[in-house]
Amino acid sequence: MARLNVNPTRMELTNIKGKLKTAKKGHKLLKDKRDELMRQFIELVRENKDLRRQVEAGIAEANAHMAVARSVMSDEALNVALMLPMQEMSLEVTEKNVMSVMIPVFETKFKTADANDIYSYGYAFTSSDLDDAVKALSDIMPLMLRLAEVEKSCQLMAAEIEKTRRRVNALEHVMIPQYEETIKYIRMKLDENDRSTTTRLMKVKDMMLEEAHHYSEREVG
Amino acid sequence: MYKIAAMGDKDSIYGFASIGLEIYPVEEPTDAIRQLRDMVEGGYAVIFVTEQLATAIESEIDRYRELPMPAIIPIPGINGNTGLGMRNVSKSVEQAVGSDILSDA
Repeated sequence: MARLNVNPTRMELTNIKGKLKTAKKGHKLLKDKRDELMRQFIELVRENKDLRRQVEAGIAEANAHMAVARSVMSDEALNVALMLPMQEMSLEVTEKNVMSVMIPVFETKFKTADANDIYSYGYAFTSSDLDDAVKALSDIMPLMLRLAEVEKSCQLMAAEIEKTRRRVNALEHVMIPQYEETIKYIRMKLDENDRSTTTRLMKVKDMMLEEAHHYSEREVG
Repeated sequence: MYKIAAMGDKDSIYGFASIGLEIYPVEEPTDAIRQLRDMVEGGYAVIFVTEQLATAIESEIDRYRELPMPAIIPIPGINGNTGLGMRNVSKSVEQAVGSDILSDA
């Protein structure tokens, strides 16, 4: 593992120790964030799949009714019946903060007072299958909006989890080992310097004593 | 105040008009992309797109995946279910976890 390119001084050592501490703390926090996001994500995905199954079944049913209606009514009559809708649906969107992911929360608003006011035609010239189709769609609509909410949340959370996972891995496998390696390197260098200073001092002391007392000459004599 | 739209072939989405969605019947992928861009600008919170059309313009739809708005949701059209919707969910799982751990298959 590559170490950082720094001068092996005590000051750098203190700096990098601080950085390592921060990195470790960050790593722990991000890991917790990832785990919690993952837990919520899995829950949401389960709901998403259930909702999708229900919605797809509901739409299939509505389409079946619609197909019958289309076969018994003329195209013009059908167009006329559905051309001018009574109801208008709109959404109030607020955001909910889940582990710093902003997920949308929808609130449905209807134009007319009665949400069941869905038949935009008189019943005289239309097939009852059209009524069934419209009713089926209307029944499934709240689920569809919930599906939209959940599916969007899933997508946003998936993106956030991916990002967090990358950060956790980068800290765990790159940054932290790098700092540790560097700290080790600086320690070794400093120890090495210490030792070399000690030996040098010993040597100097020997030389000074030699100068003062002339041991080597005495040995000869 | 945001609006809800449905886009796809006419037969699949006509019913939605009666319950208060705005419908945009388009058949051609190029028209669909243009329409989609207009809608993204135009304050729609949810856009339902038939799976058939969504398959054709998947790359365009993916661009809005990570934006908070709008939610583009594939729904089965009159020609039945192509499984794109479920695949999309699996895609999210794959992105988050690394592999699709929740598939029933």
